[in-house]
Amino acid sequence: MKASFDARNIIAGLIVAGLLLLPVFSQATGNLFVLTLFTRIVIFALAAVSLNLIMGYGGMMSFGHAAYLGIGGYAVGILAAEGIGSGFIQWPVALLASALFALVVGALCLRTRGVYFIMITLAFAQMAYYVASGLSRYGGDDGLTIYKRSDFGGLINLSSRVQFYYLCLGCLLGGVYLVWRIVNSRFGMVVQGLRSNEQRMQAIGFPANRYRLVCFVIAGTMCGLAGALLANNTDFISPAVMYWTRSGDLMVMVILGGMGTLFGPVVGAIFYLVLEEFLSQFTEYWAMIMGPLLLLVVLFGRGGILGLVGRLSRA
Amino acid sequence: MPEPLPEPLLRVENLVRRFGGIVATDNLSIEFARGELHAIIGPNGAGKTTLISQLIGQLRPSTGSIRFAGEDITHLPAWRRSRLGLARSFQITSLLRDFTAVDNVALAAQARDGHSFRFWGNARKEKQLRDAAQSALARVGLGHRGEALVSELSHGEQRELELAVALATKPQLLLLDEPMAGLGATESSRMVKLLADLRREVTIILVEHDMNAVFALADRITVLVYGRIIASGAPAAIRLNEEVKRAYLGDQHVVTRHG
Repeated sequence: MKASFDARNIIAGLIVAGLLLLPVFSQATGNLFVLTLFTRIVIFALAAVSLNLIMGYGGMMSFGHAAYLGIGGYAVGILAAEGIGSGFIQWPVALLASALFALVVGALCLRTRGVYFIMITLAFAQMAYYVASGLSRYGGDDGLTIYKRSDFGGLINLSSRVQFYYLCLGCLLGGVYLVWRIVNSRFGMVVQGLRSNEQRMQAIGFPANRYRLVCFVIAGTMCGLAGALLANNTDFISPAVMYWTRSGDLMVMVILGGMGTLFGPVVGAIFYLVLEEFLSQFTEYWAMIMGPLLLLVVLFGRGGILGLVGRLSRA
Repeated sequence: MPEPLPEPLLRVENLVRRFGGIVATDNLSIEFARGELHAIIGPNGAGKTTLISQLIGQLRPSTGSIRFAGEDITHLPAWRRSRLGLARSFQITSLLRDFTAVDNVALAAQARDGHSFRFWGNARKEKQLRDAAQSALARVGLGHRGEALVSELSHGEQRELELAVALATKPQLLLLDEPMAGLGATESSRMVKLLADLRREVTIILVEHDMNAVFALADRITVLVYGRIIASGAPAAIRLNEEVKRAYLGDQHVVTRHG
């Protein structure tokens, strides 16, 4: 047990150090591509971290998590299109819209369990997808170009690659820290207890769905932030980010890295997106290789990559 | 003028629960006095579990009412009844299997301590919760097993942990659904000793198949057959009751010996 914790902590430490030093490496070698790639990775890692809160710790298998990427992104995009460029307005709106969506969807979905929960979260995300496709004023299916990134006055310049990268990384590390605090708090104990045995938790006096719903909203809001970052990163937002395959990608990242572990989703996002990038250079059928790999990790690495590391270090 | 009778802790009035054409609880009225250990017995299918489920809030009665400590709880959800001081143990062990024993009990203590919308402090480092959990564990003889995962505990230890969890909610009424189920002879006698101790502190409703335990512990026994009460009274009276003997005790002795 001790050894596995140590090995995991070492990996987490190495990842954080690597991510912090990445812009230095990128500037030194003149390799700008790696910075672009990792900005994207860090943003998706934040989304995966938020999904892990409900999926890994809360046992809520949401198959519609990409909806919040879209909602956060569209909040930024639509406000920008309407001439409101200030990040101090755009971002709070993005968070609030995501939280509201999570509140409504959660209140309805949490009446169901298991497969039904998966299907109904998927249905709501697809609804969001089609609503976005129907926004003809904002590009409809083709998406919406964002001509100017969120403006934070003189505080930070999002158009600077390095500054933007560090902003994304700060959000990711902040997200991981938040999840760490939450899962060890009273609230987090209740949420994990509900994952383990709902009947027992009701019997000792916890109203299950209230706690689940709050957890669901926290995760949705956090993913909305990732959406706002993503829209700024690509200077573009389209319904495609909400498509169900995107939700699937996020789930895969969480499962790959290790559900219910703090850094699992970060590891998963790096692994998944680097591999995707790498494999797609050789073949457009990269998913043919990714698929079996995922299968192997799920079959032999219960607890994902971090789980595997834990067991290897004990052996 | 005679003294007015004290309000019973739990009062069930005209309770009916139907499943389709079957009447599992048949116009049942029963009172549980404060400080008593009141056992409910009856052959399989007598409607004991159905009754318990209604008391605990897992099952809604078709008609009738349940009052607990003067409050109508007929329509309250399970978690609210628990907050009022009605605790239960499960017939089939129901714990947080991937949690440690002490975490299981600490969560019960936490439930007792108001809402849990606290997102920041580390709950495992809260001395008040840990101490409460540790003392409940010690109470049932699991003081040394706190850090073990539930899945590592023996069946007997899990039964004891069930009890510790219920105790940690500081209940006024403890509803024990077959606490001896599946226990060996030594474990069983330990549990009887424990319950004999607890009965001095808390009102207990005991549903149990182990007749030796029931007659050793109960102040009062109610016999249920087909959802109806056929007898209720002190153990000595129940033992002599002809109808009970016929309907139940004779058969049950055979059943307990073999099962």
